[in-house]
Amino acid sequence: MKEFDYVAPDSVPEVVAVLSEHGDRAKLLAGGTDIIVQLREGLREADVVVDIKKIDEVTSFKYCDENGLALGAAVACYNLYEHPELSKLYGALADSTHIIGGWQIQSRASVGGNLCNASPAADSIPSLIALNAMAVVAGPNGERTVAVEEFCTGPGRNALENGEFLVSIQIPAQCNRSGSAYERFIPRNEMDIAVVGAGSWVKLAEDGTIAAARIGLGAVAATPLYAAAASESLLGKAPTEENLATAGELAKQIATPISDMRGTDEYRTHLVGVLVQRTLTTAVERAQSS
Amino acid sequence: MSASKKVHVTTSINGESYDFLCEPRHSLLEVLRDNLGLTGAKEGCNNGNCGACTVLLNGRPVDSCLVLGVEVDDAEIETVEGIACSNNLHPVQECFLEGAALQCGICTPGFLVASKALLDKDPHASEETIRFDLSGNLCRCTGYDKIVRAVQAAGQQMSAEA
Repeated sequence: MKEFDYVAPDSVPEVVAVLSEHGDRAKLLAGGTDIIVQLREGLREADVVVDIKKIDEVTSFKYCDENGLALGAAVACYNLYEHPELSKLYGALADSTHIIGGWQIQSRASVGGNLCNASPAADSIPSLIALNAMAVVAGPNGERTVAVEEFCTGPGRNALENGEFLVSIQIPAQCNRSGSAYERFIPRNEMDIAVVGAGSWVKLAEDGTIAAARIGLGAVAATPLYAAAASESLLGKAPTEENLATAGELAKQIATPISDMRGTDEYRTHLVGVLVQRTLTTAVERAQSS
Repeated sequence: MSASKKVHVTTSINGESYDFLCEPRHSLLEVLRDNLGLTGAKEGCNNGNCGACTVLLNGRPVDSCLVLGVEVDDAEIETVEGIACSNNLHPVQECFLEGAALQCGICTPGFLVASKALLDKDPHASEETIRFDLSGNLCRCTGYDKIVRAVQAAGQQMSAEA
């Protein structure tokens, strides 16, 4: 690896100051599972690496019934899927974090890092989109929030501007009768990159019909997508196999995948329908039992 | 820019206190092997796929190639060198030997560290759990069956001793 300096500030303003000074020659370090590889392989360069893990709000998470989950940007994956309550409240996120890399990666990699790395195939982003999460960003002009579906702007690119960094992710509180799920298709059982990923969230009304739904898609466009028409098609509908399949068909219409070694565009588009229906089915089951 | 300054790091490795100086760009794996002479952790892929460099960082398995040496100040690290208790091999080590769960041996230290962590969590882990939790460790010789059986045998031994 090329030489760089290392700083580990203990406050948000100090990080912003370092980022403002060094611009894109400063790189943030959370779990390191992407950035260290990228620095080593020369895909990214840094004069200074800024370790954000000394900052409490970046490394902690807190749930309350009013505001939901404030998930620090550097909280490692295992904290979510090992947590007895959070893994039930946020099923999609537990599903995602349990299959990002292997055990060693999950000990370090964070959902915030997965979001900032902005891979179109990132496993946590469709779940965050489905859960209606907001990115909380700090910068020279203070704090702002960005809807997660607008955070990624291209492969490896995000909406952060000079001096800004992701502090936390805010995910709405979950109520009774809500549930979510994430699935990806890969040719192996683990440790692989999604051919397609889908995250779904539903909230059921008292009569069991769908009161709200959100569907996120991964690996079918330059950025993860929110499938708006597919999500809205479910409002007021009973969660029947037919209605969930229709949502899957609608989600296919916004997929513009590439063909590569992992699958053709036709195959990926087909998978969108399959995975949307499957994750909706699981989300409904989880909502019914919550 | 000027050459990076070396950083002073104090850490605990296998229960012993260590002080070292390292450049920010040096991974924990490089520090362990090149600075401290702890060559148990191996460099395989150097990008987080193979798990040959697995160590425990504050009790959790990590790829030491994806940790900077400067990050481990005040941390507790356990490497394969710390698994055996004086002259007695740990059950997981014994069962790897007995079950011939290795051929070339490069992946073995990583498998031992991850397997011990897995069995400490749940000595009765199912074959499916073992295969899933060890998916971050690659072996190109054995085909995994002997490794999985060795881990199961070690689990039985550990729960019998407990």
